[in-house]
Amino acid sequence: MTIIDNTTADVPSGPLLEVRDLHVEFHTRDGVAKAVNGVNYSVSAGETLAVLGESGSGKSVTAQAVMGILDMPPGRIPRGEIFFRGQDMLKMSNEERRLIRGQKIAMIFQDALSSLNPVLSVGYQLGEMFRVHLGLSKKEAKARSIELMDRVRIPAARERVNDYPHQFSGGMRQRIMIAMALALEPDLIIADEPTTALDVTVQAQVMDLLAELQREYHMGLILITHDLGVVADVADKIAVMYAGRIVETAPVHELYKRPAHPYTRGLLDSIPRLDQKGQELYAIKGLPPNLTRIPAGCAFNPRCPAAQDICRTEIPALLSVTERDGTELPGRGSACHFWKETIHG
Amino acid sequence: MGRYVIRRLLQMIPVFIGATLLIFLMVHVMGDPIAGLCGERQCDPATESRLRQEFGLDRPVWQQYMTYMGHVFSGDFGTAFNGQKVIELMASAFPVTLRLTLVAVAFELVVGVVLGVLTGLRRGRPVDTSVLLLTLVVIAVPTFVTGLLAQLVFGVTWRIVQPSVSYTAPLGELILPGLVLASVSLAYVTRLTRTSVAENARSDYVRTAVAKGLPRHRVITRHLLRNSLIPVVTFIGTDIGALMGGAIVTERIFNIHGVGFQLYQGILRQNTQTVVGFVTVLVIVFLLANLLVDLVYAVLDPRIRYA
Repeated sequence: MTIIDNTTADVPSGPLLEVRDLHVEFHTRDGVAKAVNGVNYSVSAGETLAVLGESGSGKSVTAQAVMGILDMPPGRIPRGEIFFRGQDMLKMSNEERRLIRGQKIAMIFQDALSSLNPVLSVGYQLGEMFRVHLGLSKKEAKARSIELMDRVRIPAARERVNDYPHQFSGGMRQRIMIAMALALEPDLIIADEPTTALDVTVQAQVMDLLAELQREYHMGLILITHDLGVVADVADKIAVMYAGRIVETAPVHELYKRPAHPYTRGLLDSIPRLDQKGQELYAIKGLPPNLTRIPAGCAFNPRCPAAQDICRTEIPALLSVTERDGTELPGRGSACHFWKETIHG
Repeated sequence: MGRYVIRRLLQMIPVFIGATLLIFLMVHVMGDPIAGLCGERQCDPATESRLRQEFGLDRPVWQQYMTYMGHVFSGDFGTAFNGQKVIELMASAFPVTLRLTLVAVAFELVVGVVLGVLTGLRRGRPVDTSVLLLTLVVIAVPTFVTGLLAQLVFGVTWRIVQPSVSYTAPLGELILPGLVLASVSLAYVTRLTRTSVAENARSDYVRTAVAKGLPRHRVITRHLLRNSLIPVVTFIGTDIGALMGGAIVTERIFNIHGVGFQLYQGILRQNTQTVVGFVTVLVIVFLLANLLVDLVYAVLDPRIRYA
């Protein structure tokens, strides 16, 4: 068996974005924190990849590396490649990367209130995209901003274009973030926990809007989340991250039905369910590892209920997952020594 | 915005009354102004009572305050004991100090903010460390030392400037005294800007600005700087009042006949009318400077405008 990158499996035209063996580390006072340790994933046009993981799993850091907004120093990319339309962005000049940001790859952040500039009107912040990248005049930019706000269904856009972020509700602010990302119709949008800061009812609306716009513009979407509920309806495929590595990849519904990694199983088991009312809620025991001292072998072994001796010494590679009879399951991979027992158990 | 301004103006009234009353009482406690008039000897009782009556000193303090305030609002700050109108002293002193203050504020704004932004963006680098060390030295050394030193080096040894400012105090001669007057505040502005810039540089909205693909200079000037300058503006605004009244040392060193000089003379000679008059105007200046800060604040930060 070979190490595979299952996420590229069924793409004929070549992926939009391809991350290969990406490593990111941060130099801190306590030593080197290895935030990302060899991540491979890819996204094609029109496709949605959900990256799932706890805080500190490296999911946001990977996205920031793709976006080119990592703070370096203290961050460092010792190894890896990030191909966008076949070109390695890590080899580009700062100016070349800047021109990709916003125009080709856009990002939506978690907390729209702190992510929007509090002292500039939303019209200014939206219009800035057109003025800087397309050289439009103030007036033209404002007209385009109003169009954009209409596009993400902000009521009374014409009257509200000069309002400031604090005058909008949480859901409306996130819509503005989405509008800003959408402004120049990028090929790829990275959404870093776009609904975490929102009310549950608003979460669904924002998620639906994002999914709808993605379909309409045929964009690639990387959806970073720790919420399994959010991804089920929108994502095509999922990559589960733990301690800076991808531990499992799968098409979205297969993952829910048959997880092939004990960590994924733990995550699924810790979702509250109605038919288990009254029973104690399951929780994965222990805490995520300190990134300056990642455990030897499989990083999950101290918390894993099925850990054996081999798990404490050998790092499991991400291998393709098959049925009992050996037929390949397309798009599926697991980085567990005992994936067979886990999926077929 | 209009209501905001009116509210701020109304808030100034009690502050003005409280501050002036306090000064009035303090000067009253300072001692009997008549007692010192006749030198070492006891004054002639008849002359003394005539003077007391003439200046209204025989009436209770609160009446004196009311009368004084009444006069102030009709533009009459009274007469000093030597017969000179206090308003005339002000007319010669305030323009000089205002010029000096403007020079000082210009230094604070330009040099302080530029150094602050420079160091805030390069934290931990050699530029940052050396500027930080320099500000520490400036803050630690008292103004009369920096003032005298500057006067000696630039005025006497190198002869670049006049060591003593002439009576009319033209702007050109005020550059060195202005720098000396600004020095401590300048160091504070540098540090304040540095901290503010460094903090905001890590903020989410700056990250968003970078993610939007904006050029670095635009991220800094449009997004980072405007937010970072809010605390700095507050500091400089309140400092205008402090600089105008607190230039006593600098004005003495460079022989500038401004507000500080007159105040010093007034206190030395127990000249009640001069001291109270000047301080009253300084209170007004201070209040206006604060109002200005609040207005600029509201322009810089819409969250305050709409509160």
